[in-house]
Amino acid sequence: MAKLNINGKILALDVEDDTPLLWAIREQAGLTGTKYGCGVGQCGACTVHLDGVATRSCALPVSAVSENQKILTIEGLGAERPHPVQQAWAELDVAQCGYCQVGMMMATAALLAQNSSPSDAEIRAEITNICRCGTYPRVLAGVKLAAARMTANKG
Amino acid sequence: MTIQTKSDQPLGRRPLSRRGFLAGAGVAAGAFSFGFSIPVPAHAAAPGAATEVGAWVVIQPDETVIIRIARIEMGQGSLTGLAQLVAEELDCDWDKVRFELVTPGENKRRGNVWNTQSTGGSRAIRGSQDYVRKGGATARAMLIEAAAQGWGVPAAQCTVAKGVITHAQSGRTTTYGAVAGAANALSPPATVPLKDPKDWTIAGQPLKRLDTADKLDGSLVYGVDFTMPGMLVAVPKACPVHGGKLKSFDAAAVSKMRGVRQVLKVDGETVAVVADTFWRAKVALDALPIVWEAGANARVSSDTIAALLREGLSADTPYVGNRAGDAKAVLAKATGDKASRVIEADYSFPYQNHAPMEVLAATVRWTPERCEAWAPTQVPEAALAAVATAAGLAPEACEIHVMRIGGSFGRRLQTDYLRMATLIAKQVPGTPVKMMWTREEDMVQGRFHPVTQCRLRGVLDAQGHVEALHMRIAGQSIASFTNPAAVTANGDPFVFQGLLPTGAEMAIGYTIPNLLIDHAMRNPHIRPGAWRGVNLNQNAVYLESFIDELAAAAGQDPLAFRRTLMAKHPKHLAVLEAAAKGIGWDTPPPAGVHRGLAQVMGFGSYVAAAAEVSVDKGKLKIHRIVAATDPGHVVNPQQVEAQVAGSFVYGLSAMLYGECTVKDGRIEQENFDSYNVMRLDEMPVVEVILVPSGGFWGGVGEPTIAVAAPAVLNAVFAATGKRVRHLPLKNVDLNMS
Repeated sequence: MAKLNINGKILALDVEDDTPLLWAIREQAGLTGTKYGCGVGQCGACTVHLDGVATRSCALPVSAVSENQKILTIEGLGAERPHPVQQAWAELDVAQCGYCQVGMMMATAALLAQNSSPSDAEIRAEITNICRCGTYPRVLAGVKLAAARMTANKG
Repeated sequence: MTIQTKSDQPLGRRPLSRRGFLAGAGVAAGAFSFGFSIPVPAHAAAPGAATEVGAWVVIQPDETVIIRIARIEMGQGSLTGLAQLVAEELDCDWDKVRFELVTPGENKRRGNVWNTQSTGGSRAIRGSQDYVRKGGATARAMLIEAAAQGWGVPAAQCTVAKGVITHAQSGRTTTYGAVAGAANALSPPATVPLKDPKDWTIAGQPLKRLDTADKLDGSLVYGVDFTMPGMLVAVPKACPVHGGKLKSFDAAAVSKMRGVRQVLKVDGETVAVVADTFWRAKVALDALPIVWEAGANARVSSDTIAALLREGLSADTPYVGNRAGDAKAVLAKATGDKASRVIEADYSFPYQNHAPMEVLAATVRWTPERCEAWAPTQVPEAALAAVATAAGLAPEACEIHVMRIGGSFGRRLQTDYLRMATLIAKQVPGTPVKMMWTREEDMVQGRFHPVTQCRLRGVLDAQGHVEALHMRIAGQSIASFTNPAAVTANGDPFVFQGLLPTGAEMAIGYTIPNLLIDHAMRNPHIRPGAWRGVNLNQNAVYLESFIDELAAAAGQDPLAFRRTLMAKHPKHLAVLEAAAKGIGWDTPPPAGVHRGLAQVMGFGSYVAAAAEVSVDKGKLKIHRIVAATDPGHVVNPQQVEAQVAGSFVYGLSAMLYGECTVKDGRIEQENFDSYNVMRLDEMPVVEVILVPSGGFWGGVGEPTIAVAAPAVLNAVFAATGKRVRHLPLKNVDLNMS
C-alpha cells in the first residue's frame, strides 16, 4: 500500500513497496499519459515531476516516495489550461508518433522552471530523452519558444 | 482520465468520438472510439447524425467533415497528407476536417472499398494518392449534384468553395452539411476529373497535423495504454535463441505470487504470465524457472556469422542484380596492368533493432464465436488473417481495431506478436487480455535489420575514369524469412534496392561501362525484418563510400567525379547538385570543418545529402546536413521536412551506435543502455531542400535515411583520412595516427 500525492490528490494505492512509481501511476492511478519506454531510466518516456524536479519514474520504487512529495504527471501539467510547453509543442507541430513527447514536455517544463532562458547548449545537455522518430530539431525549437513565452508572460 | 479542454484550441484538433457508424459487434471502430474506456467528449455528434458521401467522406450537419484514413499512422504524418488530398478534391473547409480510422474487417465486408491498409515501403501517400483524391472528387460531385437537384438547376452551373455550394445565377447557396443526406442517396459518378497539382490550395501546403492534440495532454490511447473492464495483462518470454524451444517451466513456483492468474505455454518456444497488472506479471515472469532447449543455434556468434558472410564475398554462385559489359574480365586484365589501378575494399553493416518507443502490445478478447483485437499494426489485413488463424475462427468472426502507433519503423509489418496475443487470449476465454512485451523482450525478439558484408573492386584507367566496378554483397535476405514466395530461384530481388539498372523505384544513378552487382545469400538464424530504409541503408553506405574512395584514388573532387558518372541520370544528379549547392560545396568550409556527399534513389524518390563534420581528438561532431529530395509531388512540405530530419536521426543512430551482436546464439543488447541511440545533444542542424519535379509520386519516409550515414562517413574521411568501412562508428578510433 502506498499513499501518493498525484496531481494534487492523495491516492491510496494497493501496490507492493518495490513497484516502480511508473506502474503505480499507470496501473493503479490509471493515468496512462506517462509512458513505459525502457524500465531502466534510459529513455525518459516515464518522466514526471517530483516536487518540481524531472524524475524518471520507471526505476523509482514507490517506497522511496512519501505522501508529502508532490507528483505531477502530464494529466496534471495542463489540467487548468495547457502549459506553455504544450502550447509551444502544438504551435510547432513537434510530435510525430507522440509516444516520447509527454516525457519530453515534462522534462522541458521542469527545466524551464529552474532556468527560464536556457541556452542551446544547456537544452541539449539537459533534455536527454530518447525520440526514435527524430523530432529533436523541433523539440529544441519548442523549448526555446516555450521559454520565450513564459518569460514574456512574466514580464 | 482525460483532460477536458473547452475547445479545440490551442493544442489542436481532437478526434471525434462517434459510435456505431463503422460498428462491428457493438464496438465502434477507429482509434478514438474505444467506447469502454474513454469518456465521450461533450462535442461528439449524436449517433447516426453523420452521413457518408462515398467511401472516404462523412459529413455532419454541423459541417464537420470526417475523412476516412485507411493507412496506418505511426508518426510519419501520412494521415494528415492523405486527408489533405481528399479535402483538396472535396473543396471543403480544412478547418472543419477531422479523421477516422477504418478497420480491416469493415473493409473486407465492403469489398475492400478503402483498398489496401498495409503501410510500409513509404507507400502511404504515393500508393493511395490516386484513389483517395478520386474519393474526395466523387464526394464533391455528389454533393453538388444533390444541391443542384434540390434547386432544379444543372450541376454545371454550381460552384463550391470551402464546403459552400453556390448557384450564382439565382443567388442561392447551401452547404455540404445541408445536402449530405441527399447526396448520400445518389449514385456516384463513373468518372471524376482530378485537379492539376499546380492548382492545389490544401494539398501541397505546410498544414499542421490533424492528430496532435491528444499526444500533448497524454490522452491518446496507444496499444500499451488500452484497457477494458476485467482485462488481464500477459507478459511473454520466448526462447532467446531464435529457433530454440521452450522445454519446461515451473508454474507452481510463481502461481501464488500476488496478482498472478495463469502461467501458460503460448507455443513451442514461448511462455507467458497472466496477471492483473503488467508489473505483477513481469515480476512473476522474472521469477519463473524456465528451461530452454536452444539447439544448434546456440553455437552461433557474431564471429561465426561474419565468417559465413565473408565466404559469400568470393563465392561463385551469386545472384546478379545489375550487369553491364564484363566487369570481371576488366578486373582480371587490370590486375597487374600498370596503366590501370584496381581499388578494392570490404565493408560491413551490423544487425539493428527497430526499437520503437512503444513496445509491442495488443489486447485480444477471444470467445468460441468471435475474436477481437485492439492492436497497433502496420498491416491490418495480414493482422486480421493472423488473428483469425490463431483464434481458430473465420476472418469474418474477427476484427482488428487499428490504433495509432508509438513508432514502428517496420517492426509491426510482422504479425508474430498478434498471433502470440491471440494464442494467450484463447487460453483465457471471454476475458480481454492485453499482451505487452518488456523492452528486453522487444530487443531480443526483434525482426532485425539484416547483416551484410560487401566487397567492392573498381578499376580506374590512366585518366582516372571508372572502367569497371564489381560490387558483391553477401548477407541475409529479409524476404527469405518474411515472404519466401517473393524469393526467386536465383535469390531475393529486394536486396538490390538503389542498385538496379533501371526502374521507377530504386535505380542506380551511375553509368559504369563494366558493372557487376551481385548478391550471395547467407542467412543466419537471427530473424530479419524490414527496418526503415531496408536494404537501401547498407547499399548506399557501400556504394557511396566506395565512389568516394574511387574519387580519392583518382585525385578528383567527389562532386566533380560523380558528375561524370551521373551524366545520364539527370534526376539523381539534380538532387546531388541541390544538396551540394545548399552546403556551399564551391566555397571553403569553416576552419576545421570537412564535407561529404552522398546520393541514392529509393522508394521512388531521388535524394542526396551533404554533411559538415569536424573531428577533434578523435571525437566526431556532425554540424550540419543539407538534404535534397525529389519525390515528384510534395503533399505537405512541413511533414516531409520532419520525415527527412527524423530519418537522419534514425540512420545516424545506426551509424554512430547501432549494433546488435550475437553470443551463444542470442542477441546481446537488451535495452537502450547497451543499444544506444542519438539524442538531442548530438543532433546536427538539418536543412531540407525539396525539389519536386512532378510527373511521378515517390515516398518520403525512408529514402533520405540512406544518405545521412554515407555523407557523414565521406566527411569523416575528408576530416581524418580514415575510411570507416565497418559500422558502427563507436567501434572506430578516429584519432589521427
